[in-house]
Amino acid sequence: MTTNKKSSSNVNVETIERHQYDVVIVGAGGAGLRAAIAAADGQAKVAVISKSLLGKAHTVMAEGGVAASLGNVDADDSWDTHFYDTMKSGHFINNYEVVELYTKEVADRVLELESWGAVFDRTPVGKIMQRPFGAHSFRRLAHIGDRTGKELIRTLQYQVIHHSVDVFQEVTTTRLLLDKEGRTAGVFGYYREDGRFVIFQAKSVVLATGGFGKAYKVTSNSWESTGDGAAMAFQAGAELMDMEMVQFHPTGMVWPPGVRGLLVTEGVRGEGGLLYNSQHERFMLRYDPVLHELSSRDVVARSIYKENLAGRGTPHGGAWLDISHLPAAVVKSKLPGMYEQFLSLADVDITKEAFEVAPTTHYAMGGIRVEAATGATNIPGLFAAGEVACGLHGANRLGGNSLGDILVFGRRAGMAARAYADDHDQGDLMSGQMEDEAQRVLAPFSRTQGERPYQLMAELQEIMTNYAGMVRSRDTLETGLEQLKTLQERSTRMVISGSRAYNPGWHTIFDVQSMLVLGEAVIRGALAREESRGAHWRTDFPEELPEMGAWNFVHTFQEGTVVVRADPVPAMPDRLARLFESNQSPGILRKQQRAARRGGDS
Amino acid sequence: MSEEMVLSIYRGDANGGQEEEYRVPLETGMVVLDALHYVQAEAAPDLAVRWNCKAAHCGSCSAEVNGRPRLLCKTRLDQYVGQVVHIRPMHAFPIIKDLVTDVSSNYRVAKQIPAFQPRTPAPFTMYQRDVDRVQEFHRCIECFLCQDTCHVLRNHGGTDQYFGPRMMAKVAEWEMHPMDVADRRQFLKDVAGLPMCNVTRCCVDVCPEHIVITDNAIIPLKERVADQYWDPIRALFRRFHRPAEGAVPGAGSDVSSRA
Repeated sequence: MTTNKKSSSNVNVETIERHQYDVVIVGAGGAGLRAAIAAADGQAKVAVISKSLLGKAHTVMAEGGVAASLGNVDADDSWDTHFYDTMKSGHFINNYEVVELYTKEVADRVLELESWGAVFDRTPVGKIMQRPFGAHSFRRLAHIGDRTGKELIRTLQYQVIHHSVDVFQEVTTTRLLLDKEGRTAGVFGYYREDGRFVIFQAKSVVLATGGFGKAYKVTSNSWESTGDGAAMAFQAGAELMDMEMVQFHPTGMVWPPGVRGLLVTEGVRGEGGLLYNSQHERFMLRYDPVLHELSSRDVVARSIYKENLAGRGTPHGGAWLDISHLPAAVVKSKLPGMYEQFLSLADVDITKEAFEVAPTTHYAMGGIRVEAATGATNIPGLFAAGEVACGLHGANRLGGNSLGDILVFGRRAGMAARAYADDHDQGDLMSGQMEDEAQRVLAPFSRTQGERPYQLMAELQEIMTNYAGMVRSRDTLETGLEQLKTLQERSTRMVISGSRAYNPGWHTIFDVQSMLVLGEAVIRGALAREESRGAHWRTDFPEELPEMGAWNFVHTFQEGTVVVRADPVPAMPDRLARLFESNQSPGILRKQQRAARRGGDS
Repeated sequence: MSEEMVLSIYRGDANGGQEEEYRVPLETGMVVLDALHYVQAEAAPDLAVRWNCKAAHCGSCSAEVNGRPRLLCKTRLDQYVGQVVHIRPMHAFPIIKDLVTDVSSNYRVAKQIPAFQPRTPAPFTMYQRDVDRVQEFHRCIECFLCQDTCHVLRNHGGTDQYFGPRMMAKVAEWEMHPMDVADRRQFLKDVAGLPMCNVTRCCVDVCPEHIVITDNAIIPLKERVADQYWDPIRALFRRFHRPAEGAVPGAGSDVSSRA
């Protein structure tokens, strides 16, 4: 990533705007904002850096709900049942410690939001309503219609602005700054508004930069999800893990072309929506005789794909989703966003007719490897939380577990970063590091000819979609890797015209570079995992193999190359392993046992 | 479909600018934001437009299309066939570049709103019929189109005097929350500039979330303020029954003074 072409105007780092904080949080989605609230709970000086405006981050697009075993509608639900569901759907390569902390704490985090003014839909007795979702044993997702992410981010956003937290909006960070001992010392970035540089010195940094779904052509992710934080940390020495695990949500919009990939919430199926193929067959009855449409996302997505392969797809290569059997008033009150979205963008009234859906890139289960309790990475002073981190979801994320993830681990990372800042001095910045970065970031302006960033973005998305998408094999992956390496090489020669002021083409350069690095990790991880597990489907290894389930694939960045190694999946202690002795979740078992006792009594 | 649309896009910054024409092939279902992305990729990579989700959830891509404040991601291009599509930045906010404006004033005033103050910590017992009314305000995506169209802000530069419709909906959201005990009446009257609104309902017309801001937020808030400050019977009552300092109506008064 270096350039030998010196920019005509050498940057004097002494003149760059600088700020000093105890804790800097990069990312202003749910995880970043929750981290900020936790970090600011005391004397610490805290800043949040947001790539877009406050309240616009990708969290806003989460629809269906937040999964927490409150037991408001199904009293048999409990943390251990939620634990069971999460581990099982993650195909047991999740970090059990992360899952245990999560399932024990998420209910408190949801109630805390209620104390902060979030207004969830209610049960008839006035409690927080919970809806069913794919592969959850019970009705578990607290929600507000189909706009739950917006409720979370808005609630957190107003908490943050009422705390003493400085928010820097529309700032892109391009590099993590380390001191000479390799400890976190700050971040380097620029204001998107005018392109001027800014340096944040910090004792600790929390990365909450989300996923990288924009690496794919058909995606539910917003423009921001370009993996900046993961790429930045990785190149600075942080480890990535499970990068082969990219979730393809079964139901994205298909038609018209402009909305292809836009999310259709799992809440549609949660509320009773049914999937049909072109022969009007409910094909999910065949693929999952127990859970039907509410099977886990990997299963439903693959089933839609297989129906199309068998020639039973819809006109634009998907499946029909139908909720029109419900009263129109119910659809409009429980799924108002979906109703509006289809009516205004696709001229379809979902209360009256079925609509086409197809899989869309949705979520990165993989990310920066962190310690369970703190979100600490292997770089001292660097923490990560939310989609950018890894460990909770394993090979397949359950719906509703990401909104819970950002609350539980955002808070934990914020607290840990504050504790770290209390115990450590500010690391010294190295001026050479900042000079190099300033020159690298400006280099595209000094070139007179070269590669166009939008063109490279399109090619990258094409490669990832065609060769490292929902269906993979050694052949596709190797072809993809070869093409990606060529693209990486071309990406060092990107050129941009115009000024540094709000220049989207310039911004795209860094998005492309981040995703090229992460794309390589995805492909190398997918090559290493010679089996099919959860979201990762290899046609040359179609079975899930017990011996492969013992490993997580960990990536390090060494001299410009991604190096993969296998680390053992942490083994559950007996008290947790016991939960999996029968093929039923603890809550369902309790319910069955109670029913059996009642049956015996009568 | 090979129809070609002509987009006349404002290019410029605080120092001035003008509309420039770009040609874009019309695709089925295309929205204005798609057309702008086409222009960025093919003709003007430095064309500034703010956007995030392209799904009408985030409220980033607010601008004015043929004179009307709209979300670019939700505005279908095919409705303009046969016309030139003029795309300009929001008028009520200072321009940064092209279609991007400085909306920071909204965040500045939002900070001053006295926050939600629950009677007890959660879990709350609240019924759906009691929360329906506030959930309407929770639909807000903070696109600020209502602020853009509000004539107090747009034509009279009243940003310092009136917080605007978005913020009134935010106040209403907390003020009408069944568990809230804060009193924001003095704040609304003296700080937020609620009396400046003369209920022309322009904000309701442009709200992409169909929030009836004027009728459901602003008018009830005005009634609360009027009851408190201009109700003659209450004024009389207050004259004879002056509560001890800070006693009634509870937390309300000191929250207002904090604002």
